[in-house]
Formats: sequence, structure tokens, C-alpha cells
Amino acid sequence: MLARRIIPCLDVRDGQVVKGTQFRDHEIVGDIIELAQRYRDEGADELVFYDITASSDGRTVSTDWVTRVARVLDIPFCVAGGIRSLDGARQILHGGADKISINSPALENPALITELAAEFGSQCVVVGIDSRQEGGDYFVKQYTGDPGKTQATRWRTIDWAREAQQLGAGEVVLNCMNQDGMRQGYDVPQLKLVRAVLGIPLVASGGAGTIAHFHDVFRLAGVDGALAASVFHKGTIKIPALKAQLIADGISIRP
Amino acid sequence: MLAIVDSGGANIASVRFALERLGVQSELTADPAVIRAATRVILPGVGSAVEGMKRLQAKGLVDCVRGLTQPVLGICLGMQLLFENSEEGPTETLGLIPGTVALLPESPGITVPHMGWNTVLTGRDPGLLDGIGPDARFYFVHSYAAPVNAFTVASCDHGRPFTAIVQRGNFSGVQFHPERSGPAGARLLKNFVEGRV
Repeated sequence: MLARRIIPCLDVRDGQVVKGTQFRDHEIVGDIIELAQRYRDEGADELVFYDITASSDGRTVSTDWVTRVARVLDIPFCVAGGIRSLDGARQILHGGADKISINSPALENPALITELAAEFGSQCVVVGIDSRQEGGDYFVKQYTGDPGKTQATRWRTIDWAREAQQLGAGEVVLNCMNQDGMRQGYDVPQLKLVRAVLGIPLVASGGAGTIAHFHDVFRLAGVDGALAASVFHKGTIKIPALKAQLIADGISIRP
Repeated sequence: MLAIVDSGGANIASVRFALERLGVQSELTADPAVIRAATRVILPGVGSAVEGMKRLQAKGLVDCVRGLTQPVLGICLGMQLLFENSEEGPTETLGLIPGTVALLPESPGITVPHMGWNTVLTGRDPGLLDGIGPDARFYFVHSYAAPVNAFTVASCDHGRPFTAIVQRGNFSGVQFHPERSGPAGARLLKNFVEGRV
């Protein structure tokens, strides 16, 4: 049976891994290669490297560190941030990344999802969605790497997730902005709504604080993977202990 | 010398790096003469079957790969291309192993692409799995899959059973990515490189 995935996310800024609270006030937490190897050794199923400044600055990610990571890592990894063209994606995939994730550029030009899927296959194309609860509904935000540039979009989250799948996305990572960095648990109701409209894998992001939060998001929201950053970077949750507990709970997990 | 067929797909760098970690030198090449002269050949590939076949045709490699007599290992799309046809397109593929590659159906709790770590089931004792325990998990990422047939040496289940490892004569293939499957994947590549096929 397919295992649910535990995915540490390494937010990258200027070649360093950083983490802020609710997308603000970033502090440096360590070196990319060092952290990548540490998480691999601890049992991470996959890693996401997210260049949090690239999209809002109009830059693309530099690919030399992608190749450095690909040389040492024997688990899959995804690169996100600032990929806005076939050429940009090709550089990263040829550099050794397994998947690329697009967020703001997909909102600017939804056809990019289809072009990427046609060229590299849907399985390489992840669409990241930054979603905020407003009133009784969820809405997609753009350029969230910089709070000063964050914008509303015309999309309800559930509609954009469905559209992304329709256009050829192979996976959706749903970043629940209200929960991000708060460690109060994943947004299970929202993830459940989005899970119900997708046939492709869904990865939860934002809110992990305890082992029980992972249990809940797998059991109650039915997501394929759970992404987290600060609890892993700060050592609040150790991956081996997390996995042992989830296995004891009867959840399908790679030991 | 081990040749990696430069089929222009996306995961070629990862395969080469995985071999480097094992201390194995490889040559990434689209030259039929170099491929024919290699002791072993890896046919990698990510993307659609149509694009994969087009790239092999464009580089004049279809007959070259079909005619290889040394051990060949197809990975992911490279394995799917060993079969006769793919519904992805649809397209005719290399025809070295009977069967048609088809889309995995979605159902509640079964997401497609099949993406993540899964176990494989084997009723035989394939050399490629030498030293790898039955609980080992491999990293899969694909939407299309080959049927289980007489040449299946290990299967996987995602909504329905499909071929995870296939072998016919000198041609072997794995649907998962050994280069991204941690120590189990490294051992499988080592088994191939050292002739335990």
C-alpha cells in the first residue's frame, strides 16, 4: 500500500534555508546540503526546496545548488519558486530535481501548467496554492513571498485546485496561510474540501505543531503527504519518532 | 563501460549521480556505436511515451535498443517503452515484451499519478532484488502502468496490480525510480551493475 509522505520543506533565500512566521520575519536556519542530508538520514520521504523570494522579485532560482543537492540525495525532491517558463523548468529538472512546483506564475499564465505537463509529464508538475480563509470561504493569494506584494486573485481555492488539475497538474500543495507557522494544526476542513475535488495527490502545508496534527491530517483530511518546516528545523518533532507513532497508529508510512 | 541512453528526458542526471554514489562510471550517450559496445545499458526516461518514442526515433536509436544483447535496464518510462504499445498517445513502443501500457484508474483513496513509496510483491527470487527485504519501499511516480504478465518478476498494487519489475532475456525494467529509492534503490542498481539480473 502506498505510504503517506512526510515532507520537510526548506524555504530558501539567498542560498540559505530560512523560516518565518506567517510568511514574514525570516530567520536563517541552516545550509541547504547539510539540512537535505540530515532529513534524508532521519527518514524524510521527499524534500521541497522553495525559493521564497524568487516569484515576487521576478528572479528564477539558480540551478547550481539543485545539482549539488541531486548529487548527494537519494530521495526525491521538488523545487519551487520563480519557475515561469519551459526553459526555467527544464534547467531545474535536468539539474536533477524530480519535480517542479509553480505557484504565482501559474496564476499569471494558467496555460503554463499544460505546457509543462506536455513537455515533462504531469508527474513532474506540482501546483502550489497559497490559500487564505476570508469570511466563510477560501481564496487564492499571489506573490506571498513578500508580504508587501501579496495580492488577492479572482480564484476561490477550490475552483483553482480543480482548474490546475484540469490543466495537467500532477499534484497540488495547499499552503493554508492562516495556519502557516502557527503550529496549531493543519486546516483539516479546508484540506478535506480540496481533497474531495481532486483525483491527483494532495499535500497539506501550514500548521504542523505536534505528531497528532500529522495523524489528523492523514486520517481526517485523507491527504497523500504532509509538509512541514519549523517543527523539523527546530527539532520540535523528530522524523523517526513521528513515523514510529504514525505506524503504531496504523497509518501506511515508510519506516 | 555502462551507457545511459541519452533519451533527452528529465531524470538522466539523477541516474548518473546514483551510479556515481556507487562508484560506477557511466557515459551518457545517444551514439548507437557507443551504446552497442557498452557492457550494460540503462534506458531512463520521464515524460510521455509519445515524446519518449519520438526522441528515440529522432536520434535513430529504436533499432539500436531493440537489437541490444547485453543487460539492459529500463527505468520508469524507459521500462514502459520495452512493451509493445502504450495507451499514452497512443503509440507503438519497442515491442520487446508483450503487453500494452495503460492509464491507472482513479478511485476513492487512489490518487493518480501514483506518487510515493510503495512495496513490491514477488513470487520469484529475482537477482535485481538480491539483498533487499520484502518490506522495502521504492519511489514511484507515474500515471501509466504495464500489466502483470508472464515476464513480471515483481508487481505493485495501486488500485489494481501492475508490473513493478519485468524481465525478458537481457531486458529488465523497473517502474519505480531506484535512483530516488534510498538504500533499497541503490542496492538494486548495484545488483544490476554487478550482473545479478
